[in-house]
Amino acid sequence: MTGKLATSAALWLLATITAVCLLAPWLAPYDPSAQNLLLGAQPPSLQHWLGTDSFGRDLLSRLLHGGRLSMLIGLCATAVALLLGVSWGATAGFVGGRTDALMMRVVDALYALPFVMFVVLLMVVFGRSLALLFIAIGAVEWLTMARIVRAQVRALKQSEFVEAARCIGLSNRQILWRHVLPNCSGPIIVYTTLTIPSVMLLEAFLSFLGLGVQPPQSSWGALISQGVETMEEYPWLLLYPAAALTTTLLCLNLLGDQLRDWLENSSPGGAA
Amino acid sequence: MNSALLRMIAGRLASAALLLLLVAAVTFALIHAAPGGPFASDRAVSAEVEAALNAQYRLDQPLPAQFFAYLGQALQGNFGPSYRYPGRTVSELIIAGLPATLELACYALLLALLIGIVAGSLAARRPGSAADQLSMGLALLGICLPAFVLGPLLVLVFGVYLEWLPVSGWGELAGDKWLPTVTLAAGYCAYIARLTRAGLCQQLSQPYIITARSKGLSELAIIVHHALRGALLPVVAYLGPACAGLIAGSFVVETIFQIPGIGRFYIQAAFNRDYTLIMALTLFFAALIIFFNLLADLVALWLDPRQREALS
Repeated sequence: MTGKLATSAALWLLATITAVCLLAPWLAPYDPSAQNLLLGAQPPSLQHWLGTDSFGRDLLSRLLHGGRLSMLIGLCATAVALLLGVSWGATAGFVGGRTDALMMRVVDALYALPFVMFVVLLMVVFGRSLALLFIAIGAVEWLTMARIVRAQVRALKQSEFVEAARCIGLSNRQILWRHVLPNCSGPIIVYTTLTIPSVMLLEAFLSFLGLGVQPPQSSWGALISQGVETMEEYPWLLLYPAAALTTTLLCLNLLGDQLRDWLENSSPGGAA
Repeated sequence: MNSALLRMIAGRLASAALLLLLVAAVTFALIHAAPGGPFASDRAVSAEVEAALNAQYRLDQPLPAQFFAYLGQALQGNFGPSYRYPGRTVSELIIAGLPATLELACYALLLALLIGIVAGSLAARRPGSAADQLSMGLALLGICLPAFVLGPLLVLVFGVYLEWLPVSGWGELAGDKWLPTVTLAAGYCAYIARLTRAGLCQQLSQPYIITARSKGLSELAIIVHHALRGALLPVVAYLGPACAGLIAGSFVVETIFQIPGIGRFYIQAAFNRDYTLIMALTLFFAALIIFFNLLADLVALWLDPRQREALS
């Protein structure tokens, strides 16, 4: 009962945060980079609901615009991870045999690598562009997806409807895309929901270290990093971005966990 | 049985060596694809000086030659001089930073294991109870509060407002190890609590637990002596990847608390394009991660007789 309540609360909260952030250019009360040096850092007030930073920039506007970027990176990087993971896992699982063994060995090997360090290196070496950022993050997060999809595809390959499809003369590609993969959609959706928060976390981690989103653009991770610098004098600059990030991650994780529970209960042995 | 174990370890060590070679090659390629060398932009030096510097650090030779020369020296434990800290070798820098990082990681892992296993066990005893909901709620919060948010918040509350604990440093003031340790441990604690709970819930419904109950064992004895052994398998499997996470965590925690460990060195080296230091640290971290994955597998073998049988 409480689980259901918490889930719907999380869903509504997440929908609100997402909508407000995506509509930031129209909703934000001020220009996020408009400075007002005479004003300086002000605590929250009626004019500036969440206060201003030391350049007199409105924190609410910066938070909305930053959230927009955080979410867009979250979605794009998850899409990269989804694409890579599903195609890799589906190919390995469907082809089977030696190809499967080899492809999964690659995944196992990559699991053992210090991937975060490669992302750090990539960002340092090739400049800190947004496209690179989400490709690098997506390239880290696809491994688990590949494992899950492979396990599903392998299980489904044995089922009767695949045999039937083969009997009516469909090609392998048609069987995989039209018949096998749609039947894996449950676990794929669940794991995608759980990938978004970890992607957003990685982006915030990189931005916090100064390797992610660069000024004048800003994301929640970058705002937190700026807030930390002046947290003793102006704690609100840390607290509000931190609350925004944590709340969003909390909602996404709650939803993902709930979806997984439902899936596991509805189809016995269905989830990976 | 013993020879099967030895063969497995030998196989894993061989693939570890291969992986390290791969890591070295990828890192080397990445670093050399970077625009701007270590002596490129700082101050204008004459062409002869730059050539002399490049010759001294072997930057004038073709890349494969540089790579193999580097590998040959690295195998002898010589990772070369640091580009940015003249007069100091990379090995010296790593040895200087290693104790703080290892100490921090060990404390964090121990704290996370202790609190995580206790909280997970309390939660699993009565699923759905207040204790279960409280600890799982806290675990979810712990997963959603990354170190770079939790650390500054702890500093703000316990360091700045309450003035109970020092805000930075490592081993300089009394109690300055608490905040970094808690910051690094929180996320792992949360994961371990969840894994313990899930594993224990599964074990507690097994027939052998009913046998133990009917013998009249206390709840504590059942959990500690019987159920935990099986329930901890997922936790042990998690420790390998957790080691990789602890390293990434040390980047953040050492930066926040200004701890002179190798995590902070890595970030600085990356910004400074200190090639030799980056290479050595990447290899070192990779070796550490591979070693801990192997260790986790061995502990799992020790805990689980079924895996031992499958091996032989």
